[in-house]
Amino acid sequence: MTNPKNRPIPASRQREGADQSFKWIGKSMKRVEDPKLLVGKGVYIDDVSLPNMLHAVALRSPYAHALIKSIDTKDALALKGVVSIMTGEDVAKSTGVLPTFSNPPVEQRCVAVDRVRHVGEPVVLVVAESRYIAEDALELIYVEYEELPVVNDLVEAVHATGDAVLHPYLGDTNVASHRNFSFGPVDEDFNNADVIIKRNLRWPRSGAQPMETCGAVASYDCGQEKFTIHVNFSMYNYVGWLLADTLGVPANKLNIVPVLAGGSFGSKLFLHKVPIIAATLARECGQPVKYIEDRIDNITACDAHGSDRVYTCELALDENRKMTSLRCEVIDDYGAYFQFGLGTHGNALSQITGPYRLGSVELDVTAVFTNKCQQGAIRGFGAEVSNYVMERMVDAACSELGMDPIEFRLANYIQPDEFPYYIPTGNLYDSGNYPAVLNKAIELLDYDGWRKKQEEARKEGRYIGIGLAACQERSVFSATEFWMLNKDPGFSLTSTPESVTVKIDQLGCAVITLYAPFWGTSPETMATMILAEQLTINPKDIAVIYADTDHGLPSAGPGGSRYTAMIAGALVSASGTLKTKLLKVAALMLEASPDDMELRDGKVGVKGSPEREKTFAEVAMQSHLFRLSLPDDPEFDSGLTVSSTYDHPLTTPPSEDRSDLGIFYPIMGHMCHMPVVEVDVETGQVKFLDYVAVHDCGTVVNPMTLDGHVRGGTVHGVGTALYEEYQYDDQGQILTASYADYLIPTASEAPPEIRVGHVETPSPFTEFGIKGGGEGGRMGAPPAIASAIEDALRPLGVKADFLPLTPARLRGLIRESQNLEE
Amino acid sequence: MSKECITLVVNGKTYEEEVEPRELLSDVLRHKLGLTGTHVGCEHGVCGSCTVFINGKSARTCLAFAAQCDGFEITTIEGLGTVNEMHPVQQAFWDKHGLQCGFCTPGMMIAAIDLLNENPNPDREDIVEAVSGNLCRCTGYQTIIEAIEQAAEHMRKERV
Repeated sequence: MTNPKNRPIPASRQREGADQSFKWIGKSMKRVEDPKLLVGKGVYIDDVSLPNMLHAVALRSPYAHALIKSIDTKDALALKGVVSIMTGEDVAKSTGVLPTFSNPPVEQRCVAVDRVRHVGEPVVLVVAESRYIAEDALELIYVEYEELPVVNDLVEAVHATGDAVLHPYLGDTNVASHRNFSFGPVDEDFNNADVIIKRNLRWPRSGAQPMETCGAVASYDCGQEKFTIHVNFSMYNYVGWLLADTLGVPANKLNIVPVLAGGSFGSKLFLHKVPIIAATLARECGQPVKYIEDRIDNITACDAHGSDRVYTCELALDENRKMTSLRCEVIDDYGAYFQFGLGTHGNALSQITGPYRLGSVELDVTAVFTNKCQQGAIRGFGAEVSNYVMERMVDAACSELGMDPIEFRLANYIQPDEFPYYIPTGNLYDSGNYPAVLNKAIELLDYDGWRKKQEEARKEGRYIGIGLAACQERSVFSATEFWMLNKDPGFSLTSTPESVTVKIDQLGCAVITLYAPFWGTSPETMATMILAEQLTINPKDIAVIYADTDHGLPSAGPGGSRYTAMIAGALVSASGTLKTKLLKVAALMLEASPDDMELRDGKVGVKGSPEREKTFAEVAMQSHLFRLSLPDDPEFDSGLTVSSTYDHPLTTPPSEDRSDLGIFYPIMGHMCHMPVVEVDVETGQVKFLDYVAVHDCGTVVNPMTLDGHVRGGTVHGVGTALYEEYQYDDQGQILTASYADYLIPTASEAPPEIRVGHVETPSPFTEFGIKGGGEGGRMGAPPAIASAIEDALRPLGVKADFLPLTPARLRGLIRESQNLEE
Repeated sequence: MSKECITLVVNGKTYEEEVEPRELLSDVLRHKLGLTGTHVGCEHGVCGSCTVFINGKSARTCLAFAAQCDGFEITTIEGLGTVNEMHPVQQAFWDKHGLQCGFCTPGMMIAAIDLLNENPNPDREDIVEAVSGNLCRCTGYQTIIEAIEQAAEHMRKERV
């Protein structure tokens, strides 16, 4: 491959630069989504109720790996109120396999056929008049299983054969994929290295765990042979048609209707099992069916567990203490299925060298099947793990070579004048100013002050640590990452578009239609602010609605921190077209030239003549209703509605052999997290004394909501670092199937205050210079907290090379090191 | 299963309902009375999303049977305020960005009001303790705590 550094930089398609004065963008605005939510009037999936609706539950597999020998549903069917019962075989008669991006496809069905592959996998579906009765019926179903060997350990999974193989039709192995990706002169850099730092690192399996589980309400109209599914699924306008394929109907016979999602954090990006179960049962019963996961379903079978990786890493440094290359061997436990293939590693490869000037990198990845719930999307999508890995290696280098972690980072950063910057994998970083972010964090934290306090505390026998993580947040994905790393990609490339429709109604108010749902972010507020900016319209005159797939336009929705940048692009297009028409119609009404017209505070007027103007309402009424008063030209056809689709602003294809991944995740945010912790060495408890998070997400649209994301993501990262883990025992039984055992941080575990700062380095490629910021907190907090704990326990020599560092585990590490000392 | 007739006074309105003894209060409120503002997150009493006032004290409706509440007065999120006339806690959650997805919010606000009823002048630690039984995955809690501080101040001024 050619050295990426010598490649041309694609031309920017940006129309609206960052260097202008804004009325709305950049100012905190209270959310327009909130009033209905605050008075209990938000409609989430379990709030949807249809006439004659039935209720479904799933019988979950109690075994991690077993053959289904027989299923007896007679007694259950006889129970009063039970309407229908479907086994996997029954379901398979009408409903196909679930969609997957893996190639060769790894077959998953919404209800297991012949074999169960993890605890919690649906085995039988029951529909009844109430959920109570449906759950009663579960007790009356008798399933005979023949147990198979359980594969629980990811390292052992690599060598499993015979009955322990989960998908024998794919070969006698549980290795789902093994690939080696090498970019740049890795061997040369390691041969020339002055020092090589080595570490083994462990990233734990955890989850998104939104407060609302996944659910669907489906109905089937046998007259039109058409499904309608209400579901809290985000990408419905992108891949909803795949569900139609599973149901065996054309895509125009499936309407997916969005509802508010009570949080997602990635996990509702791509729902398949839940809507397919509801739809299959609705067709079977001829009545609407509601299927909502309970919390155990969600923890054991949501198809969205996070990365679960063991790494062996080597970092090469030259004689000037500059990092030159990184080599990682990783085994990743994908669980029982493989819906996104190696997508989470593709994601990580967009920023695997972090903010640093490494010239080469090698990733050897082995994906294994085990008897666990499969992986899916969760805040970071695998790149949060590579952030942890890179920063752990940087800390290890500093610690082993006695270098200052701040000086070392500053010396290894890509410098502000080097952007746009190609990293070895072929991805492009659009812009950045990493020293500015680090310096701002140092200043905000009063780093020197805390170092002094730390020193004094050490004298008192207290263990205070200051953490530092300098991480990337790639944003605005091109979904190519889902399948780019398949050995034989089943699909060609996509530009991952996003659309809006804007209508100025007859009375001059605006309606924005979005094609992806609310899932806890602030899409309505963001779209309102940007449209208000573009059309000078008052935000209170803007309403936002969400379109179903019947009325759908291309959209991939929120995810990969893409939505604000993409919606801004679509809104710039739509508002531009609308503005042209508003100016022309008003010019005719005012007998002026369109070139002399301007938009001002929701009016269209003649420049320099404050009295010569028309309100939006006057112009809109003219455009909608009085066509015949306007010239006989198609541009004056009735109405004031524009739909616009915005394709990815900067993406290029990978090379055939994947020695160059192309530009696929270029809108590069950056962050520096600096937590201060105190570790109680007697109990292993970690307490936050301070926390600073400085982010660079380019131009900030709404500081208040962005700060909310940063803080929320950071506390999610606190969970990942200190508390959360889906634990399975040797028999594949999950030990953390409720919130009594799966510990999400409460207000008591969260840092008392997360002080957020911003540096704004606009993207030269997106409208207004916006970058994404939805995942950042969780992408920075785990390595920062690991670093702080290691710093606190430096006198004891404890290494934070695995997570979560629960009090018990931290106490174990402390005990080990104290024993060593003695 | 045999049913019994119970009376619930919810947000000042009297309802007579036939319920099975095993029916959860959360299900009756949500699916029989249509008060879907009370959310069910975990159904095992940990997340706190389903918190309402039962006879003036905050309680989890996923851990209460409706039949146990015969004759009781219940206040749900729908009884606190309206879009045009918000309760000071609702207003403060809006002002301070104390919510994102909004799913935990009704229970969180009931927990907050319960605290402020008992202690009109809570310090930060009191607030943290009061909401530590309610999980929020979106906000990181900081703005929730700030919202409760703002509401407390506002309510103190109103009392004067």
